[in-house]
Order: sequence, then structure tokens, then C-alpha cells
Amino acid sequence: MNLIHFFRRYGIYLVLILLFVSFSLASEAFLSTTNLLNIVRQVSVLGIAAIGVTFVMIAGIPDLSVGSQISLVCILTSWLMVNGGMHPVVAVAGGIASTTLVGLINGYLSIKLKIYPLMVTLATMIIFAGVAKMISGGMAIFGFPQQFSLIGQGYLGPIPIPVLILIALSALGAFILTKTYFGRYVYAIGGNEEAARLSGIHTTKIKLILFSITGFFNGIAGIVLLSRTNSGQPNAGVGLEFDVLTAAVLGGVSILGGEGKISGVITGVLILGVLSNGLTLLNVGDYYQSIIKGIVLIGAIALDSLQHKRRKAKRAEQVQAVRVSV
Amino acid sequence: MQKTGGVLSLRRITKRFPGVLALNNVSIDFRKGEVHALLGENGAGKSTLIKVLAGAHAPDEGEIVIEDKTYDQMNPRLAKQLGIQVIYQEFNLIPPLTAAENIFLGDMIGNGFTINRKAMIKETEKLFASLNIKMNPLALVRDMSPAQQQIVEIAKAISKDVKLLVMDEPSAPLTLSEVGAMFDIVRALKAKGVTIVYISHRMEELFEIADRITVMRDGQYIGTMNTGETNRGELISLMVGRELTETYPARHVEPVETILEVSQLSGYGFSDISFSVKRGEILGFSGLIGAGRTELVRSIFGAEPAYSGRIRMEGKDVVIRSPRDAIALGIGLIPEDRKQQGVILRSSVKRNISLPNLRALSRFGLVNSALEQRLAQQYKDSLHIKTPSLDQLVNNLSGGNQQKVVLAKWLARNCKVLIFDEPTRGIDVGAKQEIYKLMCGLAESGVAIIMISSDMEEIFGMSDRIIVLCEGRKTGELQKSEFAQERIMELASNH
Repeated sequence: MNLIHFFRRYGIYLVLILLFVSFSLASEAFLSTTNLLNIVRQVSVLGIAAIGVTFVMIAGIPDLSVGSQISLVCILTSWLMVNGGMHPVVAVAGGIASTTLVGLINGYLSIKLKIYPLMVTLATMIIFAGVAKMISGGMAIFGFPQQFSLIGQGYLGPIPIPVLILIALSALGAFILTKTYFGRYVYAIGGNEEAARLSGIHTTKIKLILFSITGFFNGIAGIVLLSRTNSGQPNAGVGLEFDVLTAAVLGGVSILGGEGKISGVITGVLILGVLSNGLTLLNVGDYYQSIIKGIVLIGAIALDSLQHKRRKAKRAEQVQAVRVSV
Repeated sequence: MQKTGGVLSLRRITKRFPGVLALNNVSIDFRKGEVHALLGENGAGKSTLIKVLAGAHAPDEGEIVIEDKTYDQMNPRLAKQLGIQVIYQEFNLIPPLTAAENIFLGDMIGNGFTINRKAMIKETEKLFASLNIKMNPLALVRDMSPAQQQIVEIAKAISKDVKLLVMDEPSAPLTLSEVGAMFDIVRALKAKGVTIVYISHRMEELFEIADRITVMRDGQYIGTMNTGETNRGELISLMVGRELTETYPARHVEPVETILEVSQLSGYGFSDISFSVKRGEILGFSGLIGAGRTELVRSIFGAEPAYSGRIRMEGKDVVIRSPRDAIALGIGLIPEDRKQQGVILRSSVKRNISLPNLRALSRFGLVNSALEQRLAQQYKDSLHIKTPSLDQLVNNLSGGNQQKVVLAKWLARNCKVLIFDEPTRGIDVGAKQEIYKLMCGLAESGVAIIMISSDMEEIFGMSDRIIVLCEGRKTGELQKSEFAQERIMELASNH
């Protein structure tokens, strides 16, 4: 096993441990139970959204509209509760249903109109952000029923409820991807869509389902975020798509599709959380943090493409040999 | 080697690729101002020869003599400097640019800082005029017909000082009247003293345009004829005159019961094709590359839509709209492009084999991994797939073993009709034999096999019956007793 291979498989865990140890040494406050619980609570929204995006990314589909979808569900759910006077449960169901539908729209546009998903989701990212601002008039919506804050702020024993939701959804995501035939289809589509189609897989249907799964997870992420902040901000999810992408690629999801695991993605999410928390404790400002995050993303993608390039070179050689021998 | 006033001579050129001798001691003289045709079956070595000329491949042995200077090899730059230009089948033009811009691409007229548009347009007009062509230098390539694009390619080639122009299947994208116009251009070039190396499968054309014809076969130079002193029959026998050497397993079942009937099927690349295939039969499809064979089977399999026609399976009319429909009816496809369409390279042997069978291996949506393992192991053993483990990535397997993985996918589904598109392409000799045995075994067990093959030996050795396609149409059907290479070549290049 060469170094790149080794790093690709275990590297992120090493990075997480390394960050953990360094911050523990650099800051006394870091290694306290409160702070650690704080980290996992803070990353739970990112983590939930990242699980959803992992589904489409493994199938080789990028989704840029994550942040806007989260903004949308925040505003819509707030509006339903405050302006519509709905019971929180109904409003939450409505919010999640809306992003599931929105995911379906993304899928429909990219599949039926054959537009590259990156472009579709870039466009819908702008549209959904606009819709969120339109509903809210650009203002925050607040004044939710008391019990709604439980989702984002409550505890079950010592453990914050968002963390429990994250754990449950991680388990669910990993289960679907590894144990069901649907999960296999996802990897197959990402690995080679044409071969999957010729093997009798209804690739367009699976992709539509994947888009709506991503929307569904974004919906839950948005609800958790809304409940934690207790205020519906039209910009709630801005920029989250890039954090999600960073976490997924860090966690070993190939940008070309076909590869990736939920455990890796969650580790990627934790790396971002620890990094942000530790840097804040060390009084590193937001601006610098943003720069560091960008560098981390480049590093992760470079590693990903480096490995694909090596593989591609190897494959090109073989293809050449085959062509010639014909 | 005698002096013939050749502008360019190839001497004893040999080119090896892993496992293949693509060119074997080939010597050809190209004379000044002649149209010299290269003729040979698929895989005869014509393409490799062009690439040696253009400097894309370096020969392992031999030399290239150009005007008394000897070169061990070309490189693309040197070839251009020496006046060797190639017009490939796939045009090298940039669609959004104008004819003039394409012609002078990389060699713009100007002062090194700004482009002199007027001068370029003027030069382009001159080039067109020298070919007796009227065309707007400012027309965009993307708006042009293939014939017009070809003219731009030719103008581009002669905008530099060209001595030898290679044209690879120049008539393929053209209509009949356009071919005539192209011939006029070729004659104009010839009159200027340019040597044309003309490659075409259409024999009538060669008799019309070529001065001399060189036949190649299996990487070897067979002979050069003056066009006036030869005929179609002689050329065909020179092209195919080889002994069948491979051995093919014998089969003992007489196919009787028709299982698949295709009537008047038309689609992209083929039209009005009718045939049927029986249980236990191996039906071969022969034809040149681009004859529409792959398109036909992909339509039968539902991978591409058919425009019209009917398909009957086991006596019932069926509608096949997608590969899923075909698979449900018991049809399987082993595609031509294994790596792009047959397997998922970055996935394991086990997962590739189980892919079309996952539903059967699942309960309540959950894959039973023990069953999956057993299935994969069963086919690894019965097909002798050589892999250290079932979890090995398919990417790391040899071509023959990858092909067995594709086959295993379908065997597990008990397909009734299996379509093999170039089943042994890129596979070494030993593995070829194994694939043949497997195919014969399947036929004996009652599976109907449709096999596309460009390998004459293979299609003769394996088929019970051969259908020949040419330019999307069925031009003949031969029973085993009628098999003859000359006959097939005749039908495949029939117009």
C-alpha cells in the first residue's frame, strides 16, 4: 500500500486526531466535556446536510443548492408557525416536504432537460434564496411556540437532541448505502452510469429519488438549525453548501462519484467542527478561519484528483493497449 | 529497393504493440503526384501505418526515406515540416471559428501582435480558388455540412507546403454527388504534384480515383497493383487470403425453435433489418466498422430507441423501451466497449456480478450478502475468473477476465438470448479460447447467441449463420455451407 493509498483510507482519522491533540495542548478550554459536546452540537446541522449530499455525490451528482434549501425550509417553517399559526409538528412536516419537493425539482430539471446538475443547482440555489427572501420580505421571522425549541436546544440526558438526530440519521444513511440494493445502485450509477443502465437499473428514477433524499435531509438540517437559533433568518444557510462539500470530499467522497462512506463524511464534518472551534478558542478571527477552510478544501480535492489521475493514467495505458490490439 | 522517384518510401517498417504485431516489415513507395490507395480489412494495419507517417507512432524497426534523406521515425512537427499532412476521419476543426480562422489556426497571418484578417481572408480565397471551390472564408465551421468541413480540412492541409496528403475514408461522411466533387479536388491536387494516400473501403471509388492500390493484411504488405491491371475479385482475394488457424469447439445441437424475431427494424445507423435467431444457434453479424451492427443490437436491447419495426420474443410481440425491458424478457448484452459499458472498473468483482441480480438477492430491500458471495463465487469457479479475491477491483483484472465478469452478470439471470458485441476484442489468445468454449456451451444448453465480430476467423469458426450489414442495411445472409471470406467482403462493401 503506497502512501497516498494509506492516507486516503486512514488520513482523515489521523488529521482529526492530530487536530484534537494539538488543540488540547494549545488551549485548556478545548478538552472539556462542555466544549466537546458543544462541538458536536454545532456540527449537527452541517452533518445532517452532509449525509444528504453524500447520497447525490456518490452517484456523481454535485448539489450547490444545499444552503439555499436550508434557508428556504427555515423561512417556510417559521412562516407556517408564525403567520400561518400552525402547530409546530405540522409546520415541520410542511418544511421537510417542501425541500423534498425542491430536491425533486432539481432532479427533474437535470434529468428531463438534460442540464448538467452543477448548473441546475447553481440556478436553483439563486432561485431558492430569492424565494426565502420573498416569503420573509428579507426580515427574520421569530416568536415560535415554546416546544419547538426542544428540537435544537433540548437534551436527552447529557446529550443534545441535535446530536442524537445526527447519530440516528448517520446510521440510517449508512444502512441504506451499504445494506440495501438501492444503496448499491447509487454506487453503481456513480461508478459507471452507462454500465448501470445496461445492467437494467432504472438510472433516472434512482437519480430522482436521490435528489429528493438530499432535499429531505436538507429539510431536517434546516429544522434543527431553525430550532437552535429560534429565529427564521432568510440567510440561514448561506455558504453551507461549501462546508458540506468540503466535509464530504475530506471524508473521501469522490467528486467523480462512485466512492464514499458516511463514516468518512461524519469524520470530515468533525474535522471542520474541531478546526473552527479550536481556532476560535485560540482567538483566530473569522477571516482567517475562512482562509484556512478554503485551504483545507483544496488539499482534500487535490488528494482526491491525484488519486484519480494515477488511476486514469493507468487506465489510459490499458485502453491504448487494447485499442491497438484490435 | 529500386529508385522510383518516390516522394516518400517506407522501408521495412515494423511496429509492435503488446501482444500484437501491427506492422510487419512493410515497404511501400509513394510516387510524386499519384493517388495511392491503401486497402485492407479492419485491423490490417492501415491506421498504424498512417500514424507512423504522421509521427504519432515511432516504428520499432525500419526507416522512412524522404527525398534521399533517411529518418528512423517521424514526429508530428517534423512530419508537417516535411509536407506530410493527414486528414483523419474525425475532423480536427474548431466549430465556432470561421473557415479562414481554422485554416490558419496556429499559423495566423499577422505581425506577431495583431492578426491581419484581410490577408487571411484573401489567402483563404486563393486556397479555395486553387481547388475550384466557391466558399465564404468567413462561414462558421459549425454551420457547414460535412463536405464543406472536409474542404476546409483540405484547404488547411494545403495552406502549408504539402507533398503527401493522407485521406482516411474521406468519402465516408459524403453523399454520392459530394464524393464526385471531392474527387475533383483530389485530381486538382494531383495535378499540382501532391501525392495522395487514399484510404477507403469502397472499391468502386478506388477504381475511379486511384492510380495504384496497395493491399495490406494482418499488418503485412501484400502487394501493390496498378489500378488498370487489377479487378475487384483479385483485390478481395488478396485482402482476405488467409488460412484459418484458430480452432473452435464443435457443437452437436441442431437449432430448430425460433426464439427472437426482428422484423423491419430501423433506428439510428441502420434501417429495415429483419432476421430471426433460434435457440441453441450462434448467429454472426459481419460488416465493416460503422455498418450499423452495434447500433442494431443496442436498439434490440433497448439501450437506444428504435424508430420503427417489430420484435417478437418466443412468438409474442414485445415492446422494448429500455435495457430493463430487454432484461426482463431474458435478453442480455455483452457490450463492445467493456470498460465504458460492461463493467464498473472501480467496483469489485463481486459487486459487478451481482449488479443486475441484486433484486433477486434481496429481501425487503436488503441485500443478502451471503447469497451474493455465493453467487459470485459460483461464477468465479465455473468461468475460471482469475482474481485473487472477489473483492478485487475489476480495474485490476485482465481483459479476458473482465469479459468473464460481464458474462457472469448475465449467466446469473439465465438469459435466453445473449448478444455478444466483439466478444474477444482486446483479449489474449488463451482467454479467447475460453470465451469460445463458454459461448458454445451456452448455445448447447439452448441459449440463442447473437455475435457481432469483425474478426473473420472468429465469425466463421463460431457462427451457424452469418448476416452481413453494409451501411446500415442487410446485404446478405449466409448459411454455414456458403461461408467464404470473399463473399463476405463482397457483401460488406457492396453498394
